Amino acid sequence: MPNTPYNEMYFREGAGRAHYLRYSQWLGEQPADRLAQKRAEADALFHRVGITFAVYGQEEGSERLIPFDIVPRVLPHEEWIRLETGLKQRVRALNSFIHDIYHDQQILKAGVIPAEQVLCNSQYRPEMQGVDVPGGIYAHIAGIDIVRDDAGEFKVLEDNLRVPSGVSYMLENRKMMMRLFPELFSSHRVAPVDHYPDVLLDNLRSVAPTGVADPTVVLLTAGAHNSAYFEHAFLAQQMGIELVEGQDLFVRDEAVFMRTTQGPQRVDVIYRRIDDDFMDPLVFRPDSMLGVPGLLTAYRAGHITIANAIGTGVADDKSIYPYVPEMIRFYLGQSPIIGNVHTWMLRKPVDREYVLAHLAELVVKEVHGAGGYGMLIGPAASKEEIEKFRQQIIATPERYIAQPTLALSTCPTFAEAGLAPRHIDLRPFVLSGRDVTIVPGGLTRVALREGSLVVNSSQGGGTKDTWVLET
Amino acid sequence: MLSRTADHLYWMSRYIERAESLARMVDAHYRMSLLPHSPEELAGSLQATMKALHMEEAYTERHKTIEPKDVFQFVSLDRDYSGSIFSCLRSARENARAVRGSLTSELWETLNSTWLDARAQSARRSVDIGEFVEWVKERSHLTRGVTIGTMMRDEAFHFTRIGTFLERADSTARILTAHQSDLMPGADAGVVPDPYQWSVLLRALSAFEVYRRVYRDVITPSRVAELLILRDDMPRSLLRCCKEVYGNLKSVANQQSAETVRRAGEMHAILHFARMEELLSVGLPRFLEQFLAKLNDLGSRIASDFLVPPAEA
Repeated sequence: MPNTPYNEMYFREGAGRAHYLRYSQWLGEQPADRLAQKRAEADALFHRVGITFAVYGQEEGSERLIPFDIVPRVLPHEEWIRLETGLKQRVRALNSFIHDIYHDQQILKAGVIPAEQVLCNSQYRPEMQGVDVPGGIYAHIAGIDIVRDDAGEFKVLEDNLRVPSGVSYMLENRKMMMRLFPELFSSHRVAPVDHYPDVLLDNLRSVAPTGVADPTVVLLTAGAHNSAYFEHAFLAQQMGIELVEGQDLFVRDEAVFMRTTQGPQRVDVIYRRIDDDFMDPLVFRPDSMLGVPGLLTAYRAGHITIANAIGTGVADDKSIYPYVPEMIRFYLGQSPIIGNVHTWMLRKPVDREYVLAHLAELVVKEVHGAGGYGMLIGPAASKEEIEKFRQQIIATPERYIAQPTLALSTCPTFAEAGLAPRHIDLRPFVLSGRDVTIVPGGLTRVALREGSLVVNSSQGGGTKDTWVLET
Repeated sequence: MLSRTADHLYWMSRYIERAESLARMVDAHYRMSLLPHSPEELAGSLQATMKALHMEEAYTERHKTIEPKDVFQFVSLDRDYSGSIFSCLRSARENARAVRGSLTSELWETLNSTWLDARAQSARRSVDIGEFVEWVKERSHLTRGVTIGTMMRDEAFHFTRIGTFLERADSTARILTAHQSDLMPGADAGVVPDPYQWSVLLRALSAFEVYRRVYRDVITPSRVAELLILRDDMPRSLLRCCKEVYGNLKSVANQQSAETVRRAGEMHAILHFARMEELLSVGLPRFLEQFLAKLNDLGSRIASDFLVPPAEA
């Protein structure tokens, strides 16, 4: 079993950590019914504003709230600075890696990463080979999932370089906290986050095709039934750009246009929130109704910027993840500031042998899985589940990786019976364009069930406001 | 703006307006049902109205006879009938949700909470129909107020207004159609019309008090027709609706819309310069039928010029 987790608010002996002292004192002074009332108020407001996500596999049109917890996750300034530096370093290396893979493939030639790991990966897009994208940036928006282990060390659990979501909750959670508890913001110097849409728009404009002076940026969504639709609509509104669906766009003479009430209008940058597979039915899935026929032609001709670029999935795949520290050394000549979680690659016989002997202690993940699906958490699994995974691993080992069961850090959270520690992670959003920028903090997700380590909203996770304290 | 966005805004406001029109219709008959008079007459009026609104078929699939209680429930709260008030509120909200980024937060929240409330009310075992339709009218007033009070006067606003007034013109014309036999020439001289019938018609179009103020006299069919068709200052009259459609359409005109704008202008001009005697001599049924056909044509033209343009224009 894992060790005792790191508690974000208290030392093991029970004393409060310095950056939480003022908050925990305030919390102790609040009457229980005031907090209960504030929680109900938050629920009602989220419903009215319609901050919901659609749940797949349920009755059509069902929308659920992501539970919001009123106890914030607080990060002291110096910890954040270190995280920020480490995140920028990591995303720079990842962008260099993607550029390299779709050009000279030096990292493969140098033997740092086995070539077949990359070139036989289903996320590798041969269509992108030799294509130049503005600024050499591929992952314009990266969501890097960070956890803190029992020793209090931050580790990267996962890189999300395709269409990372969750930033709207970061913004709405802050708005909600300020509405519910304005007094806390006068007693704490919390770094603001509400300029994220401005930074994002500026970032997207900075990667427009060369020669476009005043680029038109649009956000491409799969539509109102997509689980993250609220976020798409929210971001488009906040940036003041059009929220488009595939049917609103068309390609003519290798350029992209949108259908407007005043006729066709040229589009320069697409912030897309649909997967590669659905982007262009002429190149990828032919049955996709969500994309734009001919988009890839316009893209390869350099007449449109797609953010994130096509083909970034080759860098955030779980089978590539173990090599990211090597990428940082290879491209930047630096040693990684934030480490990885130790990972066994089951295609390697040595690793496989170890993992099969220790399944009950480990977490096994599907290389292409996402959203907390297709995962085995050894300590919480039944004998049957473990056996099922064992058979699957033996049959197709290359489809799996394994990691130690982490004692994710905990933060006090409101549960049925009152305040109790629950496991959390952190997803900061790293923006790359002219510069690399990060709005302080990110989205803190919390596993609401006691003992659960799965923070995904699709699996009963909730969220918290994340405070980075300024000095 | 995006054609699809304009389309959703247009339908969002059409559905809200339709919910309100239906609520007025139910409300008027509901009041009638509380007064002492013959049940046949109430049933007859309900039947004629449902016929004019193309609801009769769906109703008879569910019920054998016209029972006021069943009709009220069906028109107001039937979850499976796409034409019910309940479904209109859902469709309005779905359209709003599809373009919530183009709405002000206040407008989105108004439509969203209307829908959430409607859903909660419909789940209750017994719903007071009188209260429900009153509530629907209030929500529609609120939605319109928030639209006018918070939206920029840009294309989005104009398409919202076009939807509202096209729907309203359609609704007024259909309610008039349901009562056209009472409005025929000669009706003035004939038997004294049933005061309940008149009050149903006038209340359904929010014109009861206006009538008294304008005419200060007994209710006669030709005046009723004049009020609801030709008065420029009557908010639900055909003339007023056409004027608003035309005005908003002019503000969004594009390269291919000249003919559509012209037709809207023509509809307005005809009503503007029409005289009641002439109109009655053509015959009200024929006039209403032609009007509804033109309105329908205008709706399709607006769709193909602005909302759902043919591919690769």
